[in-house]
Amino acid sequence: MNLTLRVWRQKDASSEGQFETYEAQDISPDQSFLEMLDAVNEDLIVAGKAPIAFDHDCREGICGTCSLVIDGRAHGPDSGKTTCSLHMRRFSDGDNIVIEPFRAKAFPVVRDLVTDRSSFDRIIQSGGYISVKTGSAVEANAMPVPKENSDLAMDAAACIGCGACVAACPNASAMLFIGAKVSQMALLPQGQPEREQRVLKMVDTHDAEGFGNCTNEYECMKACPKEIDVANIARLNREYLKATITTRD
Amino acid sequence: MILDSHVPDGPLSEKWEKHKFDLKLVNPANKRKYTVIVVGTGLAGGAAAASLSELGYDVLNFCIQDSPRRAHSIAAQGGINAAKNYPNDGDSAHRLFYDTIKGGDYRSREANVHRLAEVSNNIIDQCVAQGVPFAREYGGNLANRSFGGAQVSRTFYARGQTGQQLLLGAYGALMKQVDAGKVKMMPRREMLELVLVDGKAKGIVVRNLVTGEIERYSGHAVVIATGGYGNVFYLSTNAANSNVTASYRAYKRGAFFANPCYTQIHPTCIPVKGDLQSKLTLMSESLRNDGRVWVPKKSGDARSPNDIPDDERDYYLERRYPAFGNLVPRDVASRAAKKACDEGLGVGETKLAVYLDFRDAIKREGEAAIRAKYGNLFDMYEHITDENPYKVPMRIFPAVHYTMGGLWVDYNLMSTIPGLFVLGEANFSDHGANRLGASALMQGLADGYFVLPATIGGYLSSVSHKDRPETTVAEFDAAEKAASDRIEKLLGVNGTRTAVSFHRALGKIMWEHCGMARNMEGLARAISEIAALREEFWKDLKVVGGADEFSQGLERAGRVADFMEFAELMCRDALEREESCGGHFRDEHQTEDNEAKRDDEEFAHVAAWEYKEGADPVRHKEELNFENVKLTQRSYK
Repeated sequence: MNLTLRVWRQKDASSEGQFETYEAQDISPDQSFLEMLDAVNEDLIVAGKAPIAFDHDCREGICGTCSLVIDGRAHGPDSGKTTCSLHMRRFSDGDNIVIEPFRAKAFPVVRDLVTDRSSFDRIIQSGGYISVKTGSAVEANAMPVPKENSDLAMDAAACIGCGACVAACPNASAMLFIGAKVSQMALLPQGQPEREQRVLKMVDTHDAEGFGNCTNEYECMKACPKEIDVANIARLNREYLKATITTRD
Repeated sequence: MILDSHVPDGPLSEKWEKHKFDLKLVNPANKRKYTVIVVGTGLAGGAAAASLSELGYDVLNFCIQDSPRRAHSIAAQGGINAAKNYPNDGDSAHRLFYDTIKGGDYRSREANVHRLAEVSNNIIDQCVAQGVPFAREYGGNLANRSFGGAQVSRTFYARGQTGQQLLLGAYGALMKQVDAGKVKMMPRREMLELVLVDGKAKGIVVRNLVTGEIERYSGHAVVIATGGYGNVFYLSTNAANSNVTASYRAYKRGAFFANPCYTQIHPTCIPVKGDLQSKLTLMSESLRNDGRVWVPKKSGDARSPNDIPDDERDYYLERRYPAFGNLVPRDVASRAAKKACDEGLGVGETKLAVYLDFRDAIKREGEAAIRAKYGNLFDMYEHITDENPYKVPMRIFPAVHYTMGGLWVDYNLMSTIPGLFVLGEANFSDHGANRLGASALMQGLADGYFVLPATIGGYLSSVSHKDRPETTVAEFDAAEKAASDRIEKLLGVNGTRTAVSFHRALGKIMWEHCGMARNMEGLARAISEIAALREEFWKDLKVVGGADEFSQGLERAGRVADFMEFAELMCRDALEREESCGGHFRDEHQTEDNEAKRDDEEFAHVAAWEYKEGADPVRHKEELNFENVKLTQRSYK
């Protein structure tokens, strides 16, 4: 099939960007979306033109490196899938496809479709872990965890940190991202000693990084390739409220 | 040069304890004066960086990804082994050790493997304390399963995302140390040179992948934990950016490369479709617990698989290996699939696939039961292939998955360059010629959390904390110049072909001649074809863009250039190893019924290659002494 792409091109963070049009020709329905972009890039390089920069790595939906807003949707039209798991059979001959980076103040563009998501790392640095030094752990079965809590913690822990929730949110909020981590730790007995400080610090960092607040649009859950539930945002809000009341500082 | 493994004396099960006591310690007040450079943030690198900084060392940590959380360890699905013996089914550190040595086809070092089995339990404790949500039973205790044909249930797992959860645990520990100011994290940096001062590893030169700047970092020791080299085959289950560059650069500076020919081909991957495919997707081998592997008996049988009656199907694994059937180890299953396709019995468009059929399991247990066990895998298969595996048999084919070879290290995980340590898949040490399922995660975390933090002190205690060079010394100048010159050379070719097209061509040569089965003639041909391709590469490569900008094309070109040289080393190693063992199968060395034939007289050794500028590399041997296990021929009949 043949397609027309409208792709966001931007040299670096300080330059202005604009859309450019490219033709993608002889694309097989079995190719993945990123393989389609690979093919366009091969042609661009041979023609001496700068290839389109986009982030990708595992190409099986787990590393969270790939991004892209495709026709207005973070990670494209398939729900519960990352861009790298999207196949061209989802499109038809003659389609126009608009491809943009994940847009948010806290995700500045590095080049073209590549953004800087290090704000997510800084949120985790501020408390998204359980402080346990290597070697100081107790016997693994010394602390049983109800299966239901463990399963809910796993549901939340499935977050791949891609940032689609932010890209999809009209407020560019990362509440689903934080909610997932806070929930995972709050549901486990190991996470209790730092429970209050964790949520307070993570929310502070979230706000300082320039992410917006949640206004219950639920776009994040719809865009999330791991289908993380907004119930985790509700749990985050409860945790935050509790912490503001009970914490000593 | 004699390769000294520095394995301590004493009974096998007491070596590690004794060694930890014998190692000199660094005074706690002095640790902060030592800087350790860690390259890589996967299970091995991330765990090491976090653990070393907890001990008090000053740590600089680098990765090529935009975040340390994205290292390729994240893609591991199945699980992690440990000798906890929670199911009370007779497991022990000794049994895990024995299984790993045997599974590696007797080509690994006893003492290293025993240590791995010993610390396996500490890993599980550590990860649980970090909040890794392992699967649990209703009583709240941890669940285990049997994996990869093991006779005991020793595998811990977090759904099909065990690697992800373990990595996020290590990443959390790392982020805690970054927040405390004890680790300086530098993402989007690619190591291009190792810097030696007075013969010791003292620093690295990296390219900042965002700005293109070449940066210099010095330290008292360097740790490489940059994963395996499976992408030399172009198509593999590795992440697209996984590469051999850091290891290969260290090799060119004097670190020996051990057993490069040992590669693992995983039997259950989704087959290749079309020339433009960029990667292969693995499906958990747990599928072989219920799926039956077969091909039509008649070559060129064009009927739909469901129309082929049972007596016209060859369930070749069940026929050839009645005892283990569809559960034979990875290397055996992969070769059998290749044999069927070589005989013209392959199925699908490309004829490079075999069926994995769940018809009988669905009939026996019902579709709901099969969905409960494998639902996510079936969905993934359907999503990629557009075929419903509940209705038609899956088509599978083997794919490159893991590399057992790597930089040579001694018992302390130190390479032949003093001060250069190598961890995880990047070293060669624990899996011999074949890795068992659920053992890669175990080894990465063992090296990072428990082994290196103990052994590095033994080295650093012999180095003065004042002995850290300024990055302005001549050695850094030379290293930076080498890196910049190579970049200029890549950009200066200005030919007509992309780096990816060369990579694809290289992969075809390697898969054809250095893949599942190898022979003298094919390997010799591969070596000459690689040389010709390399020449073509330096004549006709085209990279668009400059050195001082974000350029994925330049990154790729540099990695492919190193793969082009490394591929030849792999073929040489495969050529010299005149036996079949584990993942290395030589057509000339097989039994009458086509099974691998080891040669313990001649080849019970590690082959470690030394780089020689302008000359052929030199092959050194480390003899493997088996004092605790008896070498036997693996049999699955």
